[in-house]
Amino acid sequence: MELFTPEFGLVFWMFVSFILLFVVLAKWGWPVIIKMMDSRAATIDQGVENAKQAKEQLDNAREEAKKYIVEAQARQQEMLREAAKMKTELIEQSKSEAAEAARKEMEAAKVSIEQARKEAELQFRNEVGKFSIEIAEKMVRHQMEDAAAQEKLVNKLLEEIEQN
Amino acid sequence: MLFNPLSLYASEEELSKEDKLDVKELIFEHLGDGYGWEVPFAHVYRIPLPVIVRAEDGKWFCFSSSDLTEIHSIENSRTGKVENHLVPIVKTFDKDGRKYEFTLSHSKDNKDKVVQLIPGEDGKVTEYRPLDFSITKNVAALFITAILLITIVMALVRFYKNNGFKAPRKGLGFFEMIVSFVYYDTIKSTLGENARKFGPYLLTCFFFILTMNLVGLIVIFPGGANLTGNIAVTLVLAVMTFIVTNIFGNKHYWKEIFWSDVPIWLKCPLPIMQFIEIFGIFTKPAALCVRLFANMMGGHIIVITLTVLIFIFAAFGKFVAGGATVISVLFSVFMLALDVLVSFIQAYVFTLLSTLFIGMAVEKHDEHDHKDAKPEEERLAKVASSIDFE
Repeated sequence: MELFTPEFGLVFWMFVSFILLFVVLAKWGWPVIIKMMDSRAATIDQGVENAKQAKEQLDNAREEAKKYIVEAQARQQEMLREAAKMKTELIEQSKSEAAEAARKEMEAAKVSIEQARKEAELQFRNEVGKFSIEIAEKMVRHQMEDAAAQEKLVNKLLEEIEQN
Repeated sequence: MLFNPLSLYASEEELSKEDKLDVKELIFEHLGDGYGWEVPFAHVYRIPLPVIVRAEDGKWFCFSSSDLTEIHSIENSRTGKVENHLVPIVKTFDKDGRKYEFTLSHSKDNKDKVVQLIPGEDGKVTEYRPLDFSITKNVAALFITAILLITIVMALVRFYKNNGFKAPRKGLGFFEMIVSFVYYDTIKSTLGENARKFGPYLLTCFFFILTMNLVGLIVIFPGGANLTGNIAVTLVLAVMTFIVTNIFGNKHYWKEIFWSDVPIWLKCPLPIMQFIEIFGIFTKPAALCVRLFANMMGGHIIVITLTVLIFIFAAFGKFVAGGATVISVLFSVFMLALDVLVSFIQAYVFTLLSTLFIGMAVEKHDEHDHKDAKPEEERLAKVASSIDFE
């Protein structure tokens, strides 16, 4: 049967063309295609990986931001509290300071009043003394108009000296 | 072999008598090779191809295949119509004072092959089959297929060079998809790190077979040659795989053949296993060769037979012929569609099996027992050390 007996010429040419085809494709064809497909697959894989990482980072950033916000809120609260505390403290302090100042003022006022009173007392005493001397002078002058009364007084004064 | 040149001319009479359809002849003419290539839709006209032969005395001759045939207009004795027939003629050369005669043989052994006619002393003519390197229809189809494949592959390469990482679309995209299917899903998954070394060979195999299969399915000129349904073609492919397998086979591969892990009595006094294994080296590629050949030839035979059915049924009248035509065409189309699938499958099976044979030959075998024992030892050592610490 012709079909089952390989024809030598065809075997030869098949061999030649297969070898040539193989040489051409193995040199300029398949390696380029395989390399390109490999590197494209690698690029796509890398891209997917990068996207995943980016998403992760984004998620992380979001969480971090949330954390920061919470922290900031806490700090704000604390600051407000501190400010309130400081305010009351300040008020307290100023109050006490004011009280002190008032007390000092009062003291000073008291002192000056006392002084004024003393001065007034002194003046009053001096005036009273002056008046009483004047009154006494006038009374003495009036009583000492006669000689008998003068004598009687001199006697009485002498007696008093003698008694001492 | 004795040959009567008169029989050549007698064939004309035979032709004129012959109106009956020789189905077997028709089918084998389509399956077989030829020196010229049929012009589409014109049975007697052939595209001439070079015939290259080496005569009995070692001289080379190259001539056109159209020198071997002539178109004769013969009147059909039954219908009275004039029909064109292709008849073989003798091509004569005068070289160095010697006469060389070539013609297409009619004898059973060399039917339709170029033979040299050597006249004997007693007037009888001996037929000598010269060494034939002719660019026949199949050889030309082989070249066309190879050039087509190179063109496609280079188109993809050029696309990559021009477009960088961009993925090709449409035709090239489909081609690339098949490349990646064959390379990644078959070759790489089987051969692993060896894929880069054997990938080009296996891919060339796959796409050469696939292109030959598909081009063979096209009925007219650039196609129509039954390449993969020709045992010479599949033989070369199988021999290639055989060579690659046995050249790159490692120590383990040869050890399996000459001293495999079987009970000693199977291999020592009588080399039973060795015999089976060595037989296996040859049967594996032989199976590759025959599988592809038989599948593709079967497909071609079915399609041609279905087409020929129309002409067979033509004898039964118009209505039968009409019905048969519709059915035949439907079946032919179905079979051709099936053959497209078979083309893919057979190319894939050939590549897959080649990959497996090569994979088995180059597979690295580490000493499994040692490998398994080592981690166990380490684990025990760890356990022991942990006990000490406690």
